[in-house]
Amino acid sequence: MTSAKHHIVTALVENKAGVLARVAGLFARRGYNIFSLAVAPTHDPKLSRITIVVDVDSAPLDQIVHQLDKLINVVEIRELGPSDSLERELLLATIAVDSQVRSEVIQIVAALGGAVLDVGVQCLTVELAGTPESLDTLEELLRSYEIVAIQRTGRVALPKLRSTGSQIDNLRIA
Amino acid sequence: MKLTGAQALIKSLETQGVEVMFGLPGGAILPVYDPLLDSSIRHILVRHEQGAGHMAEGYAQVSGKPGVAMVTSGPGATNIVTPLANAYMDSTPLVVISGQVASTSIGTDAFQECDITGITMGITKHNWLITDVNDIPQVIAEAFHVATSGRPGPVLVDFPKDIANALMEWHEPGEIILPGFNPITEPNPESIRQATELILSSKRPVLYVGGGVLKSRASEALSILVEQSGIPVVTTLMARGAFPDSHPLALGMPGMHGNYTAVTALQKADLLISLGARFDDRVTGKVSAFAPNAKVIHADIDPAEIGKVRTPDVSLIGECRRSIEELTRSLTERAATKAPGETPLLPLQISDWIKEIRAWQDEFPLNYDKEATDTVKPQFVIESLSKAADDGTILVAGVGQHQMWASQYWKFDHPYTWVNSGGLGTMGFAVPAAIGAKVGRPDKTVWAVDGDGCFQMTAQEIVTATAERIPVKIAILNNAYLGMVRQWQHMFYDERYSEVYLSPDLPNYVGWAEAMGAVGFRVDTPEDVGPTIDKANEIDDRPVVIDFRTDVTEKVFPMVAAGASNDDIMVGPFGRKGESK
Ligand SMILES: Cc1ncc(C[n+]2csc(CCOP(=O)(O)OP(=O)(O)O)c2C)c(N)n1
Ligand SMILES: [Mg+2]
Repeated sequence: MTSAKHHIVTALVENKAGVLARVAGLFARRGYNIFSLAVAPTHDPKLSRITIVVDVDSAPLDQIVHQLDKLINVVEIRELGPSDSLERELLLATIAVDSQVRSEVIQIVAALGGAVLDVGVQCLTVELAGTPESLDTLEELLRSYEIVAIQRTGRVALPKLRSTGSQIDNLRIA
Repeated sequence: MKLTGAQALIKSLETQGVEVMFGLPGGAILPVYDPLLDSSIRHILVRHEQGAGHMAEGYAQVSGKPGVAMVTSGPGATNIVTPLANAYMDSTPLVVISGQVASTSIGTDAFQECDITGITMGITKHNWLITDVNDIPQVIAEAFHVATSGRPGPVLVDFPKDIANALMEWHEPGEIILPGFNPITEPNPESIRQATELILSSKRPVLYVGGGVLKSRASEALSILVEQSGIPVVTTLMARGAFPDSHPLALGMPGMHGNYTAVTALQKADLLISLGARFDDRVTGKVSAFAPNAKVIHADIDPAEIGKVRTPDVSLIGECRRSIEELTRSLTERAATKAPGETPLLPLQISDWIKEIRAWQDEFPLNYDKEATDTVKPQFVIESLSKAADDGTILVAGVGQHQMWASQYWKFDHPYTWVNSGGLGTMGFAVPAAIGAKVGRPDKTVWAVDGDGCFQMTAQEIVTATAERIPVKIAILNNAYLGMVRQWQHMFYDERYSEVYLSPDLPNYVGWAEAMGAVGFRVDTPEDVGPTIDKANEIDDRPVVIDFRTDVTEKVFPMVAAGASNDDIMVGPFGRKGESK
């Protein structure tokens, strides 16, 4: 579950072999647990964006951000405050259902804006894309049923337009 | 021009101006050793790859040029892990080339395969695995650029055997574009202005000088700042020599084994001007009790050092030399604007502070039992070596008590005359680092002060020194113990000595030295110390080793116990002037 100590770090990194190991290794060396991590290439095939959520106080986090910035493959890095960023995450879950429960689950998912992806005789696979908090809510509700498997992607985030004064150049970096 | 990858690698090293490299061949790096025969680069064949790494470090520290070492894959590469970690801690520029199994075999547990880029990720500034023969010129140019720019440090280039054998069309490296590597060199003018005001309003300022001053070749700039401002200077273990000990404002070394005045001046200061220092735990003692009333100006090229341990009032991110020059300029400009009749702003009006400092120096000088006639005091050996040394002699140390005595009792008057393992504290550093230093500065005398324990870790490199005609001098302070550990067991473990006894006679140091082609001497009495040093200083065609049988019971003082406040410094039985046994 998301907690108050969660911080979001977003980094543009060179899209090269081993970069993720360097970034993750730095967290491990300092003894910090990565809560979630999402990584994929950007519109520039030479760059990937990594969004990392860590559970740590802000002082050591500053230190980590500085250390990450020293990695040669890290092009830009910044910390995103939850109020300054747009955050989204995707959840997939497979729930064991009988004929009675099935409709309950479908209703809950629909109420939160999710969708049913797959229907089987004994199972149902649903998805929800949304804020990490709405995913938390769904996860909480699904706990009353038998969860067969659940996978969250870890959050992705971009700065809010307002937080950068809508300066396009400020948005381009990190 | 078609070249093999191996030829391209050697040519790339030549292009970078490499004159010397240290190494030892093996299967995976074999192709590279062939074109080396035709190269202008001098290769020094070591007896153990750890030696190659420390030699490259010693070379780099005294010459200002990056040190280069080359090893084979697997065990060759793992043997150089310790020097990489050491260089990373002490910000020494190193370029290590490691052989690797053929790229087609990587990941198959091939003979002598080892994931050295994975292993060294946390102890290098960056490392590369070459995957395309055409990348060689560019990767090597980048490797040297990264090792030497910004905060210097070690890098490693892993070089698969099939790439060494592949053919490429030679081309010069292109422009170096590393979008994620842009060290800030110029300090922010507004921060300089703020620092200037802090300095001008301070009553008890201290310049806290670290190794970054040497890295940025700022000793001269520092001297000018001190002359203009009149601020006293402490030099950390990594900065010994950055400011001359003979200067009246030099207070010497602070820290766990620093002298009373340097430690106390930091404690009582109202302003610390930290220049290329990193508030290491061996300097601060208990952080919350360190310099409690001081404001802090922190100048460093590495933004990650700012606020890591102590939050500064003003930070100067940039090259240390530029920050020092800008501070001097700004201070003198500000001083020139004083109104007529106003007291001059520079040098700072801090005579009360200086008086206080002089009183500490008077009452608590570094001290030991100088009257001892029955045993050789290790401090006396260092003082004697220092007095007999030519101006500019380079001193290299191992790790332990002897290292601390060397840094305390040697008079350092020139930058780049002190080489030691500060951050990692690597036993075995001295002998190979001294050899590397002598290769880097053949015009200078190089003395290593080593412990009997340390010596046994890397002494075999004396064979390298003899074979390559590198006449280094080694003084073993033979106290028959892992002395520093013994000291802690004496002080903090009720004198329960556990696994620290080494024996003064096993090995036979003189015999061992001679077996390695060096001259060996042994000194048992204080009277023999001076004459034997003189004899050693006359030898210039081969290594010399002196086995000094020193007092087993001697402790390093002053001492701040690990984790204690610097206020609780122990000056030891001979710390107070005029106090005797
Ligand atoms: C490679 C390594 N192993 C262990 C240590 C821990 N250690 C620090 S000082 C020391 C004793 C060194 O003994 P010696 O070289 O005889 O020096 P002395 O302290 O007696 O002057 C030891 C074991 C170390 N620093 N490095
Ligand atoms: Mg010893």
